[in-house]
Amino acid sequence: MENEILISVKELSRFYGQQRAIENVSFNVHRGEILGFLGPNGAGKSTTMQIICGVLAASHGSVSIAGYDIYEQPQKAKEHIGFLPEQPPLYDDLTVDEYLSYAGKLRGIKKETLTEAIELCKKRCGLENNGSRLIANLSKGYKQRVGIAQAIIHSPSVIILDEPTSGLDPLQIREIRELMLELAEDHSVILSTHILSEVQSLCDRVLIINNGTIVLDQAMDQLQNEPDKTDHVEISLRYPPALEALLNIEGVASAESINKDTLRLNFNADLDATDSIVEKAAAEKWGLYKLNTSDTSLETIFMRLTHSDFAPSDNIQAEEGSENNE
Amino acid sequence: MNNIIFIAANELRRMFKSPLAWIILATVQFLLAIFFYLLLSQYMQPVNASSGLTEIVVSGMYQISGVIMLLVSPLLTMRLITEERRLGTIKLLFSSPISITELVLGKYFGMIAFYCLILVMISLMPASLLFGTQLDLGQIASGLIGLLLLTSSFAAIGLFISSLTKQPSTAAISTFGVLFLLWIINVAGSNSSENTAAILSYLSLLKHYTNLLNGIFNSADVLFYIFVSLFFILLTIWRLDAERTHG
Repeated sequence: MENEILISVKELSRFYGQQRAIENVSFNVHRGEILGFLGPNGAGKSTTMQIICGVLAASHGSVSIAGYDIYEQPQKAKEHIGFLPEQPPLYDDLTVDEYLSYAGKLRGIKKETLTEAIELCKKRCGLENNGSRLIANLSKGYKQRVGIAQAIIHSPSVIILDEPTSGLDPLQIREIRELMLELAEDHSVILSTHILSEVQSLCDRVLIINNGTIVLDQAMDQLQNEPDKTDHVEISLRYPPALEALLNIEGVASAESINKDTLRLNFNADLDATDSIVEKAAAEKWGLYKLNTSDTSLETIFMRLTHSDFAPSDNIQAEEGSENNE
Repeated sequence: MNNIIFIAANELRRMFKSPLAWIILATVQFLLAIFFYLLLSQYMQPVNASSGLTEIVVSGMYQISGVIMLLVSPLLTMRLITEERRLGTIKLLFSSPISITELVLGKYFGMIAFYCLILVMISLMPASLLFGTQLDLGQIASGLIGLLLLTSSFAAIGLFISSLTKQPSTAAISTFGVLFLLWIINVAGSNSSENTAAILSYLSLLKHYTNLLNGIFNSADVLFYIFVSLFFILLTIWRLDAERTHG
């Protein structure tokens, strides 16, 4: 059942009065798939996620979860959903155990298996030693973990996480990523985030939404193999030459210095000049010790799709660079 | 059905996690103890020998309890839905496999359970008289049922108003306003035409309560309170449902 469709969203639209939040959003998510949901703030990510979970109603369109329509059979559909909203839905005055037990009961876990389910999800989220602590006294990272725990307590087939790693420290982010990979083995996961690298390392598919409509829906490996994926490189040189020397390299459109020995080279359209830059650096003994194309495909695509005024030579970046230089 | 119990139990548990519930229990008990003492001394005056103990002390107690509950109830019901909104936990409830009806009924019965507790605590005082004398148990039962029905209608009204706003204090003051208005609405009718007066006095929460306090168990009075509760519960369900569609 590898290709079973667990989430099917069809032509979803939602209006707040006259204002359009999302329009004509359609996509499917298969079992075992992690879908990364990207978009600038206010693009409609949270609205879409809340409609899928039945927290909001759509103005038009339909959502079906594991084969059940969210409006016609809400109870059945919601049994398969675990949802973490942007702000974790926690009762400050309960302990972690009390809270998880309540969440478990609401999600329809039988009394006999409840303790077991609580223990398992606490273990998965690294909360073993915090069962009797009051939620109000937990740090932000731990609150986020409790939020994730309530979303997976009933092992739903569909897990929807709205910015799950916000407020976590790098170590916790790594743990959560591992957890999500583990969960994705037999569930579907939709996660929204602002961190592009997270999508790159985690997701099988990426969905970019802008101004309420989907502007990109593509598998991750397809995206990474796409040619013309980068339009600039950052190089660090021990003995940097004058900027003019760099401009002479074939394919380099412009050069900016980011700091003392790091430079950003923008390419001419459709021409990857990385090879010639490296050759030149070696020949001229500039002492190239770092070459970074890290502003990768996804960021480029994201910027292109969500900022209509985005041009390859990004002025903001250049200004930042010159400030650093001073 | 189970879901209603889970929500009600959680509501009750969380009420006792905050000092508010304890302080309200203590305050109500303390104030009513003073009134109990006053009523008892009033009964001991030879002037009042014509009236019975139950009529003066027990009915008097329940009468005042009604007023005190009117003052206290908005403080208890204000956070029912507002707080779920503020904490974002309403999203947990909406994304769980429970219906809005179950959610609203759970909240309502959680509140009723707390009121029952207050009622038991209040009733302990007049019940202590049973050690020394006889009471009209029928009238007491009628008054107790009346107080329970009255507070249930307070709960339903408070629940509805708390579903309208995000601020607990806004909910509290509006609930107090509405309850007080419904309490004294019969006064408003005293100068108007006979029909208007009859309608307004019928709408008064107080009038039906007075009947029950006097031991007159009229099913019309009971139905009145049940109807008020059902009406506001229904409004709450509609309101929350509309919130998903429009809010």
